Amino acid sequence: MITKTFSATLRGLHSLLIGLGVTRNNLFRSSVTVHYPRETANLEGFRGPVELVPTEEDPTKPKCTACGNCIRICPSDCLYMTAAKPKKKEPQEDTSFNGQTAEESKTEKPAKKPKPEPQSFVLDFTYCSQCGLCVQHCPVGSLRFSNDVYLAGFSREEFVFDLLAKLKSQAQQKEQ
Amino acid sequence: MMDLIFIPWQLFVIGVGLAAVMAFIGLNGLLLVYLDRKIGGFIQRRVGPYEVGPQGILQPVADGLKLLGKQVFTPRGADPVLYWLAPMISITPAIVVFIAIPFGPRLQVINTNVGLILILAFTGINVLALCLGGWASQNKYALLGAARDIAQSVAYEIPLLLSVLPIIFMTGTFNLFDIASGQGAWPWQWYILYQPVAFLIFFVCILAETNRSPFDLPEGESELTAGFHTDYSGMAFALFFLAEYAYMVIGSCLIATIFLGGFQGPILSGAWWFLAKVYILLLIMIWIRWTFPRLRFDQLLNVCWKWMIPIAVVNLLVTLAVISL
Amino acid sequence: MRNRNGTRITMDLDRRLQTHGDFYSQKFQTTEREDTLVLNLGPQHPSTHGVLRILLEIDGEYILRAEPVLGYIHRMHEKIAEVMTYPQFAPYTGRIDYLHPLAWGWAHIGAVERLMEVQVPERAEYIRVITCELNRISSHLLWWGAYINDLGAFTPFFYAFDDREIISDILQRIIGSRLTFSFYRIGGVATDIDDRFVTETREFCNRMKERLKMYKALVTDNFIFRNRLEGIGVIPFETCRKYGATGPVLRGSGKAYDVRRAEPYSIYNRFDFEIPVYDTCDAMGRYLVRMDEIKESIKIIEQALDALPEGECINRKASKRPKPSPNDVYFATEGGRGKIGAHLVSDGGRSPYRLKLRSPSFSNLSLFSEVAQGTLIADAISILGSLDLVIPEIDR
Repeated sequence: MITKTFSATLRGLHSLLIGLGVTRNNLFRSSVTVHYPRETANLEGFRGPVELVPTEEDPTKPKCTACGNCIRICPSDCLYMTAAKPKKKEPQEDTSFNGQTAEESKTEKPAKKPKPEPQSFVLDFTYCSQCGLCVQHCPVGSLRFSNDVYLAGFSREEFVFDLLAKLKSQAQQKEQ
Repeated sequence: MMDLIFIPWQLFVIGVGLAAVMAFIGLNGLLLVYLDRKIGGFIQRRVGPYEVGPQGILQPVADGLKLLGKQVFTPRGADPVLYWLAPMISITPAIVVFIAIPFGPRLQVINTNVGLILILAFTGINVLALCLGGWASQNKYALLGAARDIAQSVAYEIPLLLSVLPIIFMTGTFNLFDIASGQGAWPWQWYILYQPVAFLIFFVCILAETNRSPFDLPEGESELTAGFHTDYSGMAFALFFLAEYAYMVIGSCLIATIFLGGFQGPILSGAWWFLAKVYILLLIMIWIRWTFPRLRFDQLLNVCWKWMIPIAVVNLLVTLAVISL
Repeated sequence: MRNRNGTRITMDLDRRLQTHGDFYSQKFQTTEREDTLVLNLGPQHPSTHGVLRILLEIDGEYILRAEPVLGYIHRMHEKIAEVMTYPQFAPYTGRIDYLHPLAWGWAHIGAVERLMEVQVPERAEYIRVITCELNRISSHLLWWGAYINDLGAFTPFFYAFDDREIISDILQRIIGSRLTFSFYRIGGVATDIDDRFVTETREFCNRMKERLKMYKALVTDNFIFRNRLEGIGVIPFETCRKYGATGPVLRGSGKAYDVRRAEPYSIYNRFDFEIPVYDTCDAMGRYLVRMDEIKESIKIIEQALDALPEGECINRKASKRPKPSPNDVYFATEGGRGKIGAHLVSDGGRSPYRLKLRSPSFSNLSLFSEVAQGTLIADAISILGSLDLVIPEIDR
């Protein structure tokens, strides 16, 4: 009995020395922390606020078709959008008789409907939880996560982002 | 000027010595706080204090300034006298004790024949300070922490004394200077070779007396918020903190004097050897702090009563038997 | 003291001292003894891992009665589910238990998929398994670090977080966040994984095997640590059964019940892994169960990476705005803490009629007042740590 307790205690003390050895080994290794703000960590793929994806033809216009899917699916109700009102067709001057026959005027293609686009698109970032449902549910892929995570501001209003203005300024920056 | 002639010169020496000791404790406190956090940082693979000053050297200064600037208040219901008496009772013996420690061959404030007894007696006053601190705070957590601390301190006084007795019997004196100079210059002439068990017991008891990990249950940062100094803030907390580090330094000085040859060293004996030994012991204490979890309270007392005291008594008896032969 | 209008604005000191405490402290039934202290291991405490309040009646160091008080972080998730549509509830599951959010997400999405009878492509199933097991490893690592921190050693916390950061980096590239993952969608997962994910995960698995050896040397074999854990908080199997405890608490008491084996969901029946079981019933048993679970998770991840098929990562035909017929369904997953259940009742509309979430920590905590009687306060902290509670999950 006595020898068992003694040997258990000695083994225990030996385990303490092993533990000390582990910390001693770690004492001489380099630090694994990232020294912010002198170094920045890897932020690849990190979800920043959502932004609009520009079309290829016109980088100042988004691909958005103002369907409203993202507005409806957002759990936090943080997207606000108004669709641009379709331009009123001007009443046509009576130039129908410009030498065309009745059949020819019928085969004219109807005037193209204007593509629906948003007039204003606002993201209230103070409510966004970056869940990605809006990005997933957009039928044309017009929303994506940006990578600007170093956001700081002095008031809540600075975090209500006007996404169309942001798209325009991004397009201008790309041109420069 | 005429009055100065009537001050006995020993008192003058003690006064100057106390001033030097207070400076020493202050600097040591600063250095130990910094080392504690920096070494802890390196063990945890991070940098520790870094911003204040180059590599964070001025961090303890910033901490001290912060503590000085905090609001000084007494909690409602606390005993006004005892609440403020506790930190002072804690720090005063820590300062006074240094006058008997031989820093170098000619660096000792007073050379008394009862140096060791003086030191051991004064460090026992710390228990009173903890008791008062915990009671006067009128706080349940502080009370629990103080109760644990008193039991722990009182229990570990006994093996502390029992492990020092063999050395006293071997050398026949309480005079620390004689104990230090009685050992030779080389490590195999130091008393640690004659009394390794006593060395280990003494080291563990110093850890327990100063409430360092793994015996820091009274401070219990994760369990009882902060133990007996929960309700202290500002300068009072700084005094408790400083007192803890001062007792650590005293313990290391005692070990260095009694077991490790004091100021003697192979090449040039002097105060630098003493300081080197003290700091190596302090570094070991810091290393132990960051490695082990803390002992539960009854396990702590079990270690003392069931292991330390019997082993210390057996060691003493064996030493006496060997001496008398 | 009166203000200018003559209204009393302060009370006498005696009256103030008599009305101390709140509803719970006043109604707390103490034992008949008069020399005991009633203490609040309050909502703000370094070691209760969240806002948990425990009323203790102590005699010196021994606990005579303990009573947890919950509800400090009740955020009405179940009510929110009734006003959100089925896919809209996904980000909320990430916040219920922030340490193992993918298991909670799987419970909710699995319930919806079972309700709608949606097929999930093979690749999506494999991705779900890999990410969920990685998340389980990171949850156990954080538990380990925090538990040792409560016991007084501050270093293993940082070593655990070193590994946890690697997992967070791996998952961040795919999922986009580091803590509250919102990744599973109805019919699959949100984004696909690439080769870099596969290589990084394999490297991590190899690294983790070495690190586990270091953890064993530093902590598991440590004398002081073992004395804090062995024999503490013995929860016999009958107590577990009475309170419905699951997960490592149950497996540390001798019963090999794991939802992945008992009610297999997804493709878990294809993997070869063991269920660690220890019958010591004490805190050490629960600790060893979780450390072994990390090893088993690594095994599952490696098998899944080897067998990863090509294909779609989401079923594009799944309805994005489901409107299921009236029905009710129950789906359970194995989380880091135990069996997570989602009972979904639909009434034919776009939002569920009722979503009941079964939280494993709630059942695990319920046995605390029985187990903690007669223990020391330090042991109570050790028991709480070994139960691995996440309070937001208890309060939902």
